[in-house]
Amino acid sequence: MSSFRDTFEKYPWTHVLESIMDKTSNDVIRALERPKPNQEDLKALIAPAAKPFLEEMAQKSSIITKKRFGNTMQMFAPMYLSNECQNICTYCGFSFTNKIPRRTLTDAEILEEVGYIKSKGFEHILLVTGEANATVGVSYLKNAIQLIRNHFSNISIEVQPLDQDEYELLIDEGLYAVLVYQETYHEMEYKKHHPKGKKSNFFYRLETPDRLGRAGVHKIGLGALFGLEDWRADSFFTALHLSYLKKTYWRTKFSISFPRLRPFSGGLEPKVAMTDRDLVQLICAYRLFDEDVELSISTRENEKFRDHIVNLGITSMSAESKTNPGGYVVDKQSLDQFEISDERPTEEIATMLRNQGIDVVWKDWENNWAK
Amino acid sequence: MQNEDYLKIADKKFQSRLFVGTGKFSSATLMKEAIKASGSELVTVALKRVDAQNEEDDLLNGLQNKHLNLLPNTSGVRNAKEAVFAAELAREALETNWVKLEIHPDPNYLLPDPVETLKATEKLVKKGFVVMPYIHADPVLCKRLEDIGVQCVMPLGAPIGTNKGLKTFDFLEIIIAQSTVPVIVDAGIGAPSHAAAAMEMGADAVLVNTAIAVSNNPVGMAKAFKKGVEAGREAYLASLANIQAKAEASSPLTSFLYE
Repeated sequence: MSSFRDTFEKYPWTHVLESIMDKTSNDVIRALERPKPNQEDLKALIAPAAKPFLEEMAQKSSIITKKRFGNTMQMFAPMYLSNECQNICTYCGFSFTNKIPRRTLTDAEILEEVGYIKSKGFEHILLVTGEANATVGVSYLKNAIQLIRNHFSNISIEVQPLDQDEYELLIDEGLYAVLVYQETYHEMEYKKHHPKGKKSNFFYRLETPDRLGRAGVHKIGLGALFGLEDWRADSFFTALHLSYLKKTYWRTKFSISFPRLRPFSGGLEPKVAMTDRDLVQLICAYRLFDEDVELSISTRENEKFRDHIVNLGITSMSAESKTNPGGYVVDKQSLDQFEISDERPTEEIATMLRNQGIDVVWKDWENNWAK
Repeated sequence: MQNEDYLKIADKKFQSRLFVGTGKFSSATLMKEAIKASGSELVTVALKRVDAQNEEDDLLNGLQNKHLNLLPNTSGVRNAKEAVFAAELAREALETNWVKLEIHPDPNYLLPDPVETLKATEKLVKKGFVVMPYIHADPVLCKRLEDIGVQCVMPLGAPIGTNKGLKTFDFLEIIIAQSTVPVIVDAGIGAPSHAAAAMEMGADAVLVNTAIAVSNNPVGMAKAFKKGVEAGREAYLASLANIQAKAEASSPLTSFLYE
């Protein structure tokens, strides 16, 4: 069966990176003038050559986003269900070798957390787990979706990659979106950061969005974890992945997230730093490249940064997130997957958005009708 | 004072021929003010945005007005089955049997699926809905929908949200010429002049959302659209003069033949 792998293998990493670094300001100007920037234009927009054009890119990105998405921001909250994990990921607090207390929420605990998240107004929820098939496999996820589906309009998951039939089963239960970040598209570096566990299979992960597309999921979330490898090359591959998926699975929506490595206890320092300016450049470049893709920002980013980028192309954001299972109510002290940076209460985030003329959207789906 | 020229769809009469969408506004308050300024009596509401169980739902509260009819749309559904289910939910939640049928399996251009729309319309008409289908400017599809029993058709002027105007002009002309139900031009109308052009052509109404909601001044833009629609309608009623391909010579060259 054909998959993104066929496309991916035609683009050697070093070649991609070199061609990005070789872009000139003329290439950037051409990209900015093009009504529909192509792949080469995207390379120019994320290249160092585009740095002097950041303000112009931001202005364009803001206008395009408003036209396509309106003056709105979709809100969502993550709910961590488990920190059990069989994988070793060098950058993650839940990594198998980390000596931390492990916890998987029970039904009653899930409902307690649901109560808190609902009380904040959230209607869109993202369920997160580590990869531990014995405890948080498909049947656990199915049960969790059944438990919460009458409480939320829109349910997403960010869990281990699954097979197509497993996704189909969860979609039938009311699953809307699946987020699966490649972490890095650099095959060798990927293997270095994921030495053990099912996650060490680079291509199984790479082909996950194909399985999702075939399963007919409504939305697929893509992204790279910035800090593992060169962010420019990883961002280009993410866009390449997006373009391939959009053509192949034309009924599916896509979102991109921008996780930058955050500190956690005993964690890895980013190998390749990504500055705030770099991230703004990338957000704007993606928006110019693709008017339709949802761009999402989490509480990993700090208050000031978040306050300013909400007008630059971002279309969805989380607030008041806890990255530990039971973190809202059940077990506030359990260890985080990573430290969040913007800790403001949801109400404060909503006010910040409204003050900037952005309508805060809590609900934009009905999970009943698609079942 | 009641205007003699009104639009009738099913059992309802509308003085205003401008329908307004409620998405993309920066706040419920601004949406409410813009709708008021537009003079519109029919506004579309995406069912997926409405939280009917929440009495504080901003969107619905912003639309509480006895002069305003709510037209729920099925935005987000991908096939006929989902659309029928969504319409039934809408009927229950908003207490109306009117539905704007939008089936766009493609989430990017939001282009309507003609096959699923036809299927869903058949079912919904049988269930007693007043169906207002969002469709391509496809004259044959319009006639097929009319045969099934829709109360109006809503062909697009251009891809939704693009503000590109009447890119489908030639097909809209055919639809208007053939239709026995009201024709409402939906999607793509980006300027009052586009709305006026649609009305001059003989469209019965237009639906506008993005161009008002995303304007720097939605209230001002709503007023401008109101005028554009009214101007276009009056021009249509007064019959536009034919456009002359060339100037008529003041001294005819062949008149000597008739002397």
